[in-house]
Amino acid sequence: MENPILITENLKAYYGNHLVLKDINLEIPRLNITAIMGPSGCGKTTLLRCFNRLHELSPGGRIEGQIWLGDTDILSLDPIMVRRRIGMVFQRPNPFPTMSIYDNVIAGYKLNGMKLSRVEADEIVERALRGAALWDEVKDILHRRGTFLSGGQQQRLCIARALAMNPEVILLDEPTSALDPKATAHIEELLISLKSRVTIIIVTHNIGQAGRIADYTAFLYLGELVEFGPTERLFTAPKDRRTEEYLSGKFG
Amino acid sequence: MKQLSDTLFNAVVRSCAIGTLILVSGLCVTLVIHAMPVFRHSGLSFLFTSTWDPLRQQFGALPFLVGTVITAVLGVLISLPFSLSIAFFLGEYFPSGKLSIFFQSATDLLAGIPSVIYGFWGLFVVAPFMQKIEIRLGIMPYGVGIATASIILAIMIVPYTASIAREIIKLVPSDLKEAAYALGATRWEVVRHVVIPYAHSGILAGILLALGRAIGETMAVTMVIGNRNEFPKSIFDPANTMASVIANEFAEASDDIYLSALIAVALLLFLFTTVMNMFGRFVIKKLTVRQES
Amino acid sequence: MRTGSYSRRIVISRIMECVIFFFAFISLLPLTLILFYLAKKGMAAIDWQFLTHLPRPVGEEGGGVVNAIVGSAILIFCATLMAVPLGVGAGLYLSEAKEGKLSYWTRVAVDILQGSPSIVMGVVVYLWVVKPMQSFSALSGSIALAIMMLPMVIYSTEETLKAIPCTLKEAALALGVPYYRTILKVVIPAGMSGITTGVLIGVARIAGETAPLLFTAFGSPFLDINPLKPVAALPLVVFNYATSPYPQWWEQAWGASLVLTFLVLCLHLTAKIGTRRWKIQF
Ligand SMILES: Nc1ncnc2c1ncn2[C@@H]1O[C@H](COP(=O)(O)OP(=O)(O)OP(=O)(O)O)[C@@H](O)[C@H]1O
Ligand SMILES: [Mg+2]
Repeated sequence: MENPILITENLKAYYGNHLVLKDINLEIPRLNITAIMGPSGCGKTTLLRCFNRLHELSPGGRIEGQIWLGDTDILSLDPIMVRRRIGMVFQRPNPFPTMSIYDNVIAGYKLNGMKLSRVEADEIVERALRGAALWDEVKDILHRRGTFLSGGQQQRLCIARALAMNPEVILLDEPTSALDPKATAHIEELLISLKSRVTIIIVTHNIGQAGRIADYTAFLYLGELVEFGPTERLFTAPKDRRTEEYLSGKFG
Repeated sequence: MKQLSDTLFNAVVRSCAIGTLILVSGLCVTLVIHAMPVFRHSGLSFLFTSTWDPLRQQFGALPFLVGTVITAVLGVLISLPFSLSIAFFLGEYFPSGKLSIFFQSATDLLAGIPSVIYGFWGLFVVAPFMQKIEIRLGIMPYGVGIATASIILAIMIVPYTASIAREIIKLVPSDLKEAAYALGATRWEVVRHVVIPYAHSGILAGILLALGRAIGETMAVTMVIGNRNEFPKSIFDPANTMASVIANEFAEASDDIYLSALIAVALLLFLFTTVMNMFGRFVIKKLTVRQES
Repeated sequence: MRTGSYSRRIVISRIMECVIFFFAFISLLPLTLILFYLAKKGMAAIDWQFLTHLPRPVGEEGGGVVNAIVGSAILIFCATLMAVPLGVGAGLYLSEAKEGKLSYWTRVAVDILQGSPSIVMGVVVYLWVVKPMQSFSALSGSIALAIMMLPMVIYSTEETLKAIPCTLKEAALALGVPYYRTILKVVIPAGMSGITTGVLIGVARIAGETAPLLFTAFGSPFLDINPLKPVAALPLVVFNYATSPYPQWWEQAWGASLVLTFLVLCLHLTAKIGTRRWKIQF
């Protein structure tokens, strides 16, 4: 594959002594949407949390192997630097409850103690909110609490918050599972419009969703990477029996 | 490359926890060390004799132990019908609504009044009243004494027992109660045969916690118990509790052995209350966990 | 026969209900009486002079308790200053390191502290501070009160922070925010209202404490803000005046009681309203 942005080599992840990811070798293509699928408990969230090194903050969380971002192994970097380059959006919308919408968007700068001039801040906020297709809805209420928004809007606010840091990759862990179909459709459109700017990795349980938005799909089963390839190929001609069974709804 | 500031921050937070631990262990150690001299001086007779005469260096703390136990137990007994009634009232009959909020606020208020004010009120309102009763009964009308102290204690611990018991009663699964109602049980029968059997160990633990509290209560008791260092012969007699004897005599204790005797009383008091508390908390924690799992 | 026993059971149920209601209502009687006496006798004693003047010697008319009001304020302020940082730190530790030996023993220690009688704190702080310094002092009084307050601050901090969703912390960490900044700028602010409520309840508790002050702050008839000197406090004044043989002081004790009760109830009320008002929605 040409020019992948993230490469894992023999990636193992543990919770204590429990091996959750077994020798994952994966190449995430740049400026595409990659979906990670698999039955519940197969390690999708764990894989995502390895990429931005949140995994090692879980009790007993441990990683072995390599994860290359460009040509550096992120396991040798300062996790804080990694997380500034790889953003994350969680399953449940989680805007900071004590902050306004405006402050939520530039939270990455403020919380890190980076000084922004008024003009810079305004610009970042507007660009990020436009990027997250939220600007028109909130431009007049920027100074209200972020938690007053609807669930779908909150999730887009969280995407804007991640975008504001200009990350190279955004990780999304089932970002629409807490939302209604309309808000879900909105976010899907948004993700497609974003992929020219940033590489997107999304965990989803929804086969339809992966089919609609993902260029590539990885299928995990019991901590193993069973199959990885272009979504269309994977969906129409799965090579592995387990992939086929999952796609036809036999389990998960 | 773990950030230095994170390490520092963690160290500070950790040291707060360690500090608390050291504080409490220091507290125990201090009490034990300073109580040693009197045990060396009087041995176990400190616990089992009843002459407390600092001038002649005789320290028998038995009257205080007995005074404490009688006052506290009596106080808890008097308070029980009231606190349990409130608990059932709020936990079972009126779990929500205006009346419940009113009762809740009233008991909160009762719990919030400082103990010195209970003592003051007891001294000026309850004690004269007791005096009248004692005259009626034809006994020595002290007014102050164990009975008065127990009444004040009872008033003070009602909100405490009530709130614990109410929480326990609320833990009773509603499907159990509904099953009983479905069988045609009356309200009282549900309380009697479902709620009480389910909640009794928790309520007992709550009573134990209340007892611990009553034993440690100082100011209110000091003001109305009459402060007499003799073995009480009736519940209307003036007496002293462990807490009240410390409150009364500590500042005047002139020589080291006297001071040590009072510190030994404090140590006993500390041990008593700690044991009751730990046990009560243990039972309640177990019940809550059972409920959650 | 069956219906007969059924109606009997209903009657018993009714009677028990009445008994429970009766006892529940009776237990409000003391509260009413206390508030009644406080209002009646306290109001009579309180006037401008009472709140702004120093005590006068026995026999002279008038005089007030301004020294005790100021003294209580100093004691409470210093105690809060000591208890809050330590308590919030320890509560934070307990909420972050839920398991582990240190957490376990710290929790045991806090439980012990919460249950121990206040007079014991007075004795211990006397031995720790007053005896070595050879003088009763505001400092020792504040330390004793701070120890009394500590468990409440720790409990409320731990409970509040535990209730904050973990994803909030992770949201900040995922933005590349260092751990200590995440805690200080995201987690603690989100728990601010709960912690503040706990602190207020703690303050309300120590504001009325007398026993730990008997041999630490001790009391003083002067208005003195030197932390190394004995200092007056409202509860001490109530105690000393109430147990004195002078009717004139008894009146003043009622006044001081009313002021003290009012103060404590205001603190409780603020805490209660605050819990609802400042509630943060996640
Ligand atoms: N904090 C934890 N401690 C110990 N084991 C964990 C922890 N979190 C997850 N696991 C285990 O790791 C495995 C993978 O979990 P993970 O959350 O990555 O699954 P998932 O694929 O995201 O599932 P889902 O679709 O339900 O979100 C599971 O077997 C789970 O039991
Ligand atoms: Mg998951």
